[in-house]
Amino acid sequence: MKSILKSREASHKLIIVCAFILIFGFFSVMNPSYASYSNIMTILLATCVNGILALGVSFPVITGGIDISVGTVMTFSCVMSGTAFTVWGWNIWIAILFGFFVGALCGAINGFAITKMYLPPFIATMAMQMITKGLSLVVSGIKPVYFSECSFYQKIATGEFLGIPGFYNAIIILIVVAVICYILFSHTLLGRYTLAIGSNQEATRLSGINVDKWKIIIYALSGLLAGVAGLVMSSRLNSAQPSLGTGYETEAIAAAVIGGNSLSGGEGSIVGTIIGALIISSLTNGLRIMAVPTELQSAIVGLVLALAVFLDQAKKMKAGR
Amino acid sequence: MKKKILAAILMAAMVLSAVGCGGGASEEAAAPEAGNAETAETGDTASNDNYIAMVSLGFGHQFWQAVKQGAEEAAAEAGYRITFEGPETETMVDKQVDMLKTALQNNPKAVCMAAIDTESVATILQEAKAEGIPVVGFDAGVGEEESDSKCSTDNLAAGAMAAEHAAELLGEKGKVAVIGHSQTTIDAVQRVDGFIEKIGEYPDIEIVDVQYGEGDQLKSAEIAKSMMTANPDIDLIYTSNEGACVGAYNGLKEGNLIGEVLLIGFDSSAALKQAIRDGEIAGAITQDPIGMGRKTIEIAIKLINGEEVESYYDTGCRWYDATNMDDEDIAPLLYD
Repeated sequence: MKSILKSREASHKLIIVCAFILIFGFFSVMNPSYASYSNIMTILLATCVNGILALGVSFPVITGGIDISVGTVMTFSCVMSGTAFTVWGWNIWIAILFGFFVGALCGAINGFAITKMYLPPFIATMAMQMITKGLSLVVSGIKPVYFSECSFYQKIATGEFLGIPGFYNAIIILIVVAVICYILFSHTLLGRYTLAIGSNQEATRLSGINVDKWKIIIYALSGLLAGVAGLVMSSRLNSAQPSLGTGYETEAIAAAVIGGNSLSGGEGSIVGTIIGALIISSLTNGLRIMAVPTELQSAIVGLVLALAVFLDQAKKMKAGR
Repeated sequence: MKKKILAAILMAAMVLSAVGCGGGASEEAAAPEAGNAETAETGDTASNDNYIAMVSLGFGHQFWQAVKQGAEEAAAEAGYRITFEGPETETMVDKQVDMLKTALQNNPKAVCMAAIDTESVATILQEAKAEGIPVVGFDAGVGEEESDSKCSTDNLAAGAMAAEHAAELLGEKGKVAVIGHSQTTIDAVQRVDGFIEKIGEYPDIEIVDVQYGEGDQLKSAEIAKSMMTANPDIDLIYTSNEGACVGAYNGLKEGNLIGEVLLIGFDSSAALKQAIRDGEIAGAITQDPIGMGRKTIEIAIKLINGEEVESYYDTGCRWYDATNMDDEDIAPLLYD
């Protein structure tokens, strides 16, 4: 059984890696500047916010749940850290940590609502989406919160790592977050229980595992990563934009799904999520470089999403037979 | 155990209240702002005598907050109360229709409207007009048949003004790209159309790319960078609103492209003003949102009092850059 699962996972990974290479190759042929160093860095930078959100959302997805609050929790946490810095006069680093804390807290409340109040994950996180959307506007007074008083804030994401030209810090943040998520998922109890809850929640509970506790931790992790994405986004824009955020969850979930994380739970891969996010950003970037009309771009990304899931399903049907 | 139950009840109350008012998240956000201390208590029907409803295209954007400010000032001076609401993204047509319907149920003396989609509100506005409620269109989207008067920026002229300044900056020669913010709202489309049309009069200026970023700063930043990758010889980028402009600015900054390409924009914000002051954005067109809000309410009150009004008021626009942004006639049109 395990080997079948493993091989299926491996074959999906193969498919999406091929898809990624295909997309990359296609655009490189169409426009040689697509494969230039600076554009590759641009694509990686564009992957950061969505990639970190997608990593976060992967965990609830693998448990068979969902977290549609990540986009607005991201906004809310950077609005809060911006407020702590500009209005309350906190030290910038403490303000940033406070932003992460706010994200994790929102996630933990999601987990609490799901496990202790029996709300379906979709409803609980939808409520959180609305709550954080509203609170971001209320706290900020519907104005962007600027970090201009901190001279290096914009450098946190857009500065050059170790002075390597064009290599943005944000890419390192993404890599670090991805490695941590990989370790958490593949080498810790958290990962094992995430999979176990997704495969069979009752069996997991009956084997003596405190499912509620772990679920709260899993949703808190998703919120925490939304907070980290908030840091990257607000640093790139040098401001927390309170009306941003809606719609970002869709793209994050799409990346997780393209990456082979099954929405019915019990299956998933951190590497897959990252490749999924890369596929979306390299596709979007390529379509923009080719000056494909904006309205068509979204349709094409949707098509790729459907295709990726279809290929996975087709494989499963075959294996099932 | 008791503590847990209490916690659960508190949580439930919090979540339920959020879900309950989910349909009108922006109204929720609007309430504390729109209903100032003095007007908040006058919510009952009996004192609805001097009430004007404004339904706007958007809400969170600085521009709309400035319109609201102007409208509130004018209303307060005349002893009127207003409500100001709009959907959180400028594409939620259905939500806006609901807002308009709800506003009309409160029996306003007049209704002021900036519509996302002209057709979807046409019938409702005509009915309101038939009932004798004056309709004033502001900013965009309300057709002539549905309104008694209209106050807006002439966006075609504004786009053309941007094009003239672009041509001047370029010495009437070069490659230009456009980052728009919407393909569905009339004002946004006109800003791009007016620009492209005017640029067409300069034979040596070529438009190489037009893309749309929904006014989302992050998206607009990515677009600006991919445009420069595809066409490294672009001389100038024109952006059609604040989000597109500041987004493109951040994108160019990330790519170390500031100075290699000129950037011009639209509207105003703290970040946009600072970049213009530093010479990193060449200049922008500003409308007069405070004046627009003010004019709209003044016209509405005139109509309520049965006075004659013109069918259209151009509330104007101006070009500003580092040299004139502190001038007496420009500074008041800029907002944070």
